[in-house]
Amino acid sequence: MEILVLLKQVPATESLIAIANDRVSIKPDGLKYVMNPYDELAVEEALRIRESQGGTVTILSVGPAKAAEAIRTGLAMGADKGILIDPGNLTCDGLATAKLLAAAIKPMTYDIIIAGHRAVDDDNFQVATALAELLGIPNISMVVKQTLADGKIRCLCTVEGGTKEVEATLPALIATQRGLNDPRYASLPGIMKAKKKPLETRSIADLGLDAAGLQPLVTIKALKMPVERKGGRVIEGDSVAVKVAALVKALHEEAKVI
Amino acid sequence: MTHNVLVVAEQIQGVFRKVTFEALSAGLKLAAQTGGELQALVLGSGIDGLAADLKAYGAAKIMVADDAALADFTTEAYTQVLAGVIEQVQPGIVLLGATTQGKDLAARLSARLNVALATDCVALAVEAGQVVATRPMYGGKILADVALSGTPVIVSLRPNTQTIAPSAGAGTIEKVAVTLGAVRSQVVAKQFESGKVDLTEADIVVTGGRGMGGPDFSAIEALAEALGAAVGASRSAVDEGWRSAADQVGQTGKTVSPNLYVACGVSGAIQHLAGMSSSKVIVAVNKDPEAPIIGKADYALVDDLFEVVPALTAEIKKLKK
Ligand SMILES: Cc1cc2nc3c(=O)[nH]c(=O)nc-3n(C[C@H](O)[C@H](O)[C@H](O)COP(=O)(O)OP(=O)(O)OC[C@H]3O[C@@H](n4cnc5c(N)ncnc54)[C@H](O)[C@@H]3O)c2cc1C
Ligand SMILES: Nc1ncnc2c1ncn2[C@@H]1O[C@H](COP(=O)(O)O)[C@@H](O)[C@H]1O
Repeated sequence: MEILVLLKQVPATESLIAIANDRVSIKPDGLKYVMNPYDELAVEEALRIRESQGGTVTILSVGPAKAAEAIRTGLAMGADKGILIDPGNLTCDGLATAKLLAAAIKPMTYDIIIAGHRAVDDDNFQVATALAELLGIPNISMVVKQTLADGKIRCLCTVEGGTKEVEATLPALIATQRGLNDPRYASLPGIMKAKKKPLETRSIADLGLDAAGLQPLVTIKALKMPVERKGGRVIEGDSVAVKVAALVKALHEEAKVI
Repeated sequence: MTHNVLVVAEQIQGVFRKVTFEALSAGLKLAAQTGGELQALVLGSGIDGLAADLKAYGAAKIMVADDAALADFTTEAYTQVLAGVIEQVQPGIVLLGATTQGKDLAARLSARLNVALATDCVALAVEAGQVVATRPMYGGKILADVALSGTPVIVSLRPNTQTIAPSAGAGTIEKVAVTLGAVRSQVVAKQFESGKVDLTEADIVVTGGRGMGGPDFSAIEALAEALGAAVGASRSAVDEGWRSAADQVGQTGKTVSPNLYVACGVSGAIQHLAGMSSSKVIVAVNKDPEAPIIGKADYALVDDLFEVVPALTAEIKKLKK
């Protein structure tokens, strides 16, 4: 099995995000960057498929030079090689990112592409599925379980109010949802080995693309902080019963939500 | 740009999702700004009777793509049909609900048509002829106003963020011919818990965290039932194996914006707050007065949840009688 994994480097979820002076980007100061949590699931699933079926796991990421760190983490977990696509000073929207990935992947041979269903910085929910369309292959999202047989992949997926099972012919792209697996940590020997694994960097020109076709269709005009929530009222009372009665009264008469 | 607004209506098991009516209402307001008309498209199988349910929301035209091959949603088949309809009716704006299916469909469509997509938006407007949408990023820690270029533009709307406003429309119903090319994916099985409101669409959400102390969520379930609420969980409760991952609220789970959010035994970690801060009213039940959630809650009840929750359930039942 030739398995490709898409991963993005994002600010750790515990980060406090602040708006930079240009009002359209975030302040990079003090942010710790990590592999997108959903992409950890993707790396793990790829390794498990390789462990049972044999093959190679190749990681692809679009990002600045720094994003190589996240690829190295994936290599340390056990992936075989990495490709960093550095768009230089081009600002990519979700579709442009998918176009870069598509250009890199088109000449490759692959059976499965595994991605996260969303990256927790931009929350676009777009790159994985858009890539499948650009490559002309089927995609299955929100996967919590997969099995491979007879040139097909069968996935259990979460949907609102239930689950469904979807089957697709290979090659196919699947996008992970929490519950799929528990990603392994990179071991110390893994980290040592990762340093020697191949990681190549490609530019837009290397992919035979032209920046003109990659101009973002979605541009940030302004970032704003959501209205900050302040603590309201602590319900006082001598007993649980008194407090509960006061709470229900407040919800009914004051907040009018019940 | 052309001015018409096309809403992709989402039905599941023959019932429209609430977010469909929200999208129609938002679409009607947009159409008033662009000077175009509102149109709707429904996809499915055996859904002839269903289209009429959309008539009361101001659409001038309701298109129905009814075909056995569309009985279950697959991204590929639905994208093909939707792309065909878009080519025919040439809308300026395509609106969908930001549901599991809506987000997937919108993403595939954006690539097929090479057009702008803004996902999971909470507001949108037309400014100087361009669609500007507001969307949360970083799990809701920041809001971005984004401008969408080209035609058409695709916007998916976060459930529970748009007001539903019934409005008369001509509502002519038209059949759309369905011709599908290669579809390499299919739904082979499905399982739905009937009557269960999804977290993302629920008016009220009751969440249990690590403070529940174990997998027994019966007190939370009873409170949710009394309130007509959906049940959520913190990531800790999910990681402990007490609840399924589908119940997780937060930056790496679901984002919810109900009218009322009741957090029981949840400390209020930044990742949890990201997923529920846009709730209209927040209630925290926690025995620790220093828990971060207390500082974000409109009403805080500092006490043992095992006493509070059953008492709350009883009090609400009394109120509703
Ligand atoms: C990459 C990443 C992503 C994450 N994503 C999410 C996410 O999407 N959603 C999420 O929720 N978390 C997420 N987290 C985890 C988050 O950081 C917290 O660990 C988690 O939210 C804590 O869950 P909790 O509030 O249930 O547990 P705790 O923090 O342990 O809090 C339990 C609370 O219960 C109270 N309590 C205990 N017993 C009682 C009682 N008898 N009566 C009343 N109160 C009681 C305690 O006072 C305490 O405040 C993520 C973490 C990481 C690293
Ligand atoms: N810059 C990127 N490089 C590689 N993969 C990406 C990138 N951005 C997004 N992806 C993949 O697409 C998924 C969905 O991301 P998004 O559409 O940005 O929410 C992520 O979980 C990744 O697997």
